[in-house]
Amino acid sequence: MQVRELRKRFGRQDVFKGVSLDIKRGEILAVVGRSGTGKSVFLKHLIGLIRPDSGQVLVEGQDIHEGRALGRVRERFGMLFQGGALFDSLTVEANIAFPLQEKTRMSAAQVRDVVAEMLKGVGLEGVEGKFPDELSGGMRKRVALARALALHPEIVLFDEPTTGLDPILVRSIHQLIADTQRRFHYTAVIVSHEIPQIFDIATRVAMLHNGVILEVDTAERFQRSSNPAVQQFITGCLEGPLTST
Amino acid sequence: MARRTSPVWAERDDSVPFVYFVLGQLGIGVLYLLSSLGRSGVFLGQTMGLLCMPPWKVRRILRQVQFIGARSLLVIALTGLFAGMVLGLQGYYTLTRFGSEAFLGPAVAISLITELGPVLSALMVTGRAGSAIAAEIGIMRITEQIDALEVMALHPIRYLVVPNIVAGVLTLPLLGALFSVIGIYGGYLVGVELLGVSSGTYFGSMADFVDITDVRNGFYKSLSFGVLITFLCCFKGYHTGYGAEGVSKATTEAVVSSSVAILVMDYLLNSVLL
Repeated sequence: MQVRELRKRFGRQDVFKGVSLDIKRGEILAVVGRSGTGKSVFLKHLIGLIRPDSGQVLVEGQDIHEGRALGRVRERFGMLFQGGALFDSLTVEANIAFPLQEKTRMSAAQVRDVVAEMLKGVGLEGVEGKFPDELSGGMRKRVALARALALHPEIVLFDEPTTGLDPILVRSIHQLIADTQRRFHYTAVIVSHEIPQIFDIATRVAMLHNGVILEVDTAERFQRSSNPAVQQFITGCLEGPLTST
Repeated sequence: MARRTSPVWAERDDSVPFVYFVLGQLGIGVLYLLSSLGRSGVFLGQTMGLLCMPPWKVRRILRQVQFIGARSLLVIALTGLFAGMVLGLQGYYTLTRFGSEAFLGPAVAISLITELGPVLSALMVTGRAGSAIAAEIGIMRITEQIDALEVMALHPIRYLVVPNIVAGVLTLPLLGALFSVIGIYGGYLVGVELLGVSSGTYFGSMADFVDITDVRNGFYKSLSFGVLITFLCCFKGYHTGYGAEGVSKATTEAVVSSSVAILVMDYLLNSVLL
């Protein structure tokens, strides 16, 4: 998957001034950056929820906005939204079953089996009949992950999957992402603020700043980066290039 | 999806003459209006396209028929009854002045069947169900549930808009008819039971004067209002702004614009049908 010279402006604000990035098959790419730098907007560009002013998002060389490509490309994607985006009028079981019922020809029994398997996979059994409002934040994220993975997508996008969770739940969700990624071999793009925990699961890390990718490297090298902006972001120092403008 | 719910006005720059600044703002306003019209045109086109293309979500359609139709029965019955009673009372005293109280039945029936039944039932449905539809879709928008449908390569309009429009088309004529029938009974209670017009005169003259064309006109109106209310409420909810304030604004706009549109459409249909 490739992002080429992505530009986007909202009103008078230039969010992207030419973002380019290659995403490799089977990797876990973490996209980090300060709040308000457009990380979630970047993710929404990858799946075509937002159209760029210029530039391209290519999946296996095919521009997702060309012709009818978007519908076909989306069939290969799954996405975990920041708030989970579970359908609040449906039970947990109906939420996970929804894409299976709509996109496959599975029988009701098969759908039930897959739902049970997915819930087991995310460590949540016995909540099938509950509604999203009856679940805790962490449980909602797990159910949303189960729904995102139900159709075994090739690429899964995670929009701040651990925001608002305690450190133990953060680690547990990260572990879950790493485990499911190993099991289903999907490519993961994770927008995250969890420094340094995200380095434990990310294959590569990209930092978005001022509308461009400031640095992209393996998790290990990224942590040792000589770029003062990257170091300021990792250490959380108040003084430095990120706060001087 | 990027959402814009108000124009982005320019800031005043002292180097720009005031006239140019005003013209610029006017241009921004006109462009915003045109883009809004374009957006509603695209939305209407997509809705009509998906309305004609299977698969139809039958279960969701039935759910919305129950929500818009069955759950509105009580409010329709109550407003119909009292509208008919008021018509009976007002009609009786007005017609007595001309010595024509024998025409109370047709006066009540024609007013209800051609005008008050379709219009008032549509206004009631807008207040009860239209606002709820706009709020539900608006909340789905701000909680990214609509984005989730898109990510699953499913068309949100097929799931959220088409069932409401089909349900509106199916239920509004029935609710309008029910409103008229109960209203005629309300007029009977006041005119016959309370004020002493004979029952035979009330219903007999009604059969003589109420034409099938009146019923047909009322039906056409209800049908149009069914499409209008559900489309406008879905459109406002779908293009809601950000946060709770955005949903509240979208809900208010849905109710206000639907109510105004009902009355405008009523006038237009009257000028064509009468």
